Amino acid sequence: MTAPVYNFAYLDEQTKRMIRRAILKAIAIPGYQVPFASREMPMPYGWGTGGVQVTAAILGPTDTLKVIDQGSDDTTNAISIRKFFAKTAGVSTTTSTADATVIQTRHRIPEAALSEGQVLVYQVPIPEPLRFLEPRETETRRMHALSEYGLMHVKLYEDIARFGHIATSYAYPVKVNGRYVMDPSPTPKFDNPKMDNCAALQLFGAGREKRIYAIPPYTTVVSLDFEDHPFARYRHEAPCALCGADDSYLDEIVTDDRGGRMFVCSDTDYCETRQASGHRGSERAAPHKKDHAHG
Amino acid sequence: MYVAVKGGERAIENAHRMLTHERRGDRDIPELSLDQISGQLSLGVDRVMVEGSLYDRNLAALAIKQARGDLIEAIFLVRAFRATLPRFGASEPVDTSVMQVRRRVSSTFKEIPGGQILGPTFDYTHRLLDPQLAEISDPDALETAEPLAGVTPRVTDILGRDGLIEPSPQTEPGASVGDITRDPLDFPADRDLRLQNLSRADEGFLLALGYSTQRGYGRNHPFAGEIRFGDVDVEFMAEDAGFVVPLGAIALTECQMVNQFKGSATEAPCFTRGYGLAFGQSERKAMSMALVDRALRARELGEEAIAPAQDEEFVMSHSDNVQATGFVEHLKLPHYVDFQSELGLLRKLRAEFAELTTADKQIQEAAE
Repeated sequence: MTAPVYNFAYLDEQTKRMIRRAILKAIAIPGYQVPFASREMPMPYGWGTGGVQVTAAILGPTDTLKVIDQGSDDTTNAISIRKFFAKTAGVSTTTSTADATVIQTRHRIPEAALSEGQVLVYQVPIPEPLRFLEPRETETRRMHALSEYGLMHVKLYEDIARFGHIATSYAYPVKVNGRYVMDPSPTPKFDNPKMDNCAALQLFGAGREKRIYAIPPYTTVVSLDFEDHPFARYRHEAPCALCGADDSYLDEIVTDDRGGRMFVCSDTDYCETRQASGHRGSERAAPHKKDHAHG
Repeated sequence: MYVAVKGGERAIENAHRMLTHERRGDRDIPELSLDQISGQLSLGVDRVMVEGSLYDRNLAALAIKQARGDLIEAIFLVRAFRATLPRFGASEPVDTSVMQVRRRVSSTFKEIPGGQILGPTFDYTHRLLDPQLAEISDPDALETAEPLAGVTPRVTDILGRDGLIEPSPQTEPGASVGDITRDPLDFPADRDLRLQNLSRADEGFLLALGYSTQRGYGRNHPFAGEIRFGDVDVEFMAEDAGFVVPLGAIALTECQMVNQFKGSATEAPCFTRGYGLAFGQSERKAMSMALVDRALRARELGEEAIAPAQDEEFVMSHSDNVQATGFVEHLKLPHYVDFQSELGLLRKLRAEFAELTTADKQIQEAAE
């Protein structure tokens, strides 16, 4: 048996071309889910195989890659994916949102505003926003084709009737460019407004479900709601205990088993950048190192 | 002082080192060789080849060793490797009627041309643990004979000559073969894609679905027309050379189920087919596949589709164990931010509930 030799960024060029075609189509029809011939990747389905394939297809040798999971560069799966591309593509990696040209993410959109020329790649588990209302793909495709989104509004209305609020706190459905209802991937609804009129290109990859969709730069993205129950972001009402930010999404850290809690930024780069420029919260953080190295 | 969780990179490296250590097990015991796995755990190797969709005993054995005997993990390893291989064409259709048969049974006729051949089977063994196998076993060598030459006609072909069974649907000569590994699946799917999906589907999933049809959830009265296992030649049309070249032989198990009639005012009634094909000796897989294939033909045969096994979208979307295990096991990954969002919502709803109940109580007290 000879040792296999892999292409730049793992995927062969034919596969990349197929994925790029799907991406171009997705950009041309914002919010529409384009089927693509997803490959088996060397990491499991559910670990971000769709995002990894999109990243592999768009990555060039001069790109700088950032990978986050839950907003953090240091979660195990983010590390694993970053190492995968450092190894197979040899691209430089970063934890800094501003320095990255490609950011692959699971479950969060960075707090710092993205700029033109950046690409945000989302890992998507279930791309179909209507899936939990209608399990059949044949049906949901028809509903999208006819813009038949009444069912979604009924669902949101039933939430209000039952709980007094729209009881969707993440993967909150949006309408893209006034046409397609789209699943923003399981980001907390706090992040939804960041997708609207964003300067960066947003690409979504669902490997297991074999779908790619996109939001081109400066596209209108509206969270579904009702006039009398407008969309509202949720954020725990507290400043970050480390950097004092009062505008960032917070992780709840359980500090003991007697109800002790502290709240810190989920976006670690945002938090560390603020701390480095002198912002302080109620707690002192351990000194941290900024990591711009390979791997 | 609060120290954020760091060191994920080292944790991963250490976990991998520990995994390697555990895989090797007790170092005083000789390490398993790939020959041992492919020679002595051959049915496990067959399953990894079928569901990994790659006919390579060595790689399958390596995958089983690397996966510590976890067959789904081994299938995943093979699939990930397979995805990187170039695709240079499709073989000529394999002719199973000229199979070098090692086993062949029919439950529909007592005597069949070519005979019933039991071959290596667990059927009719008594499932008693054999203490002698706990020691090194050294079974007597078998006598060998010249292989039987010629064609072993398929039972369904015998039925077909009298028109008692529907003809096997033929594709146009030269029609391209679908490939579910290169094209996204679209519903409704044609039978070539369905059979591809079923042949790499999880054996346990197909077994349960096939079983459910026997118990009345989409019943189609099957008979095992024939199950055969043996070797067939694979040939490839080399366009450059202009002729067909042999690529080698592979072991296959084929199952042809004979099922209840169809017929109409204009068409004489005849039996219908369910088809199963798998690499190696994989009878349970091939039989289950044939049952589910027949169930999935409900639409085409004008039957009412009411059972899970007849539901193409349900079956094909959930049959792949590499996909299934990935999505089930991904629940291990962090979901902190979404959970936080849910917590926030739940706390808000509970606070409102508490407010409401206190207000209700006050109104009630005031009324009293």
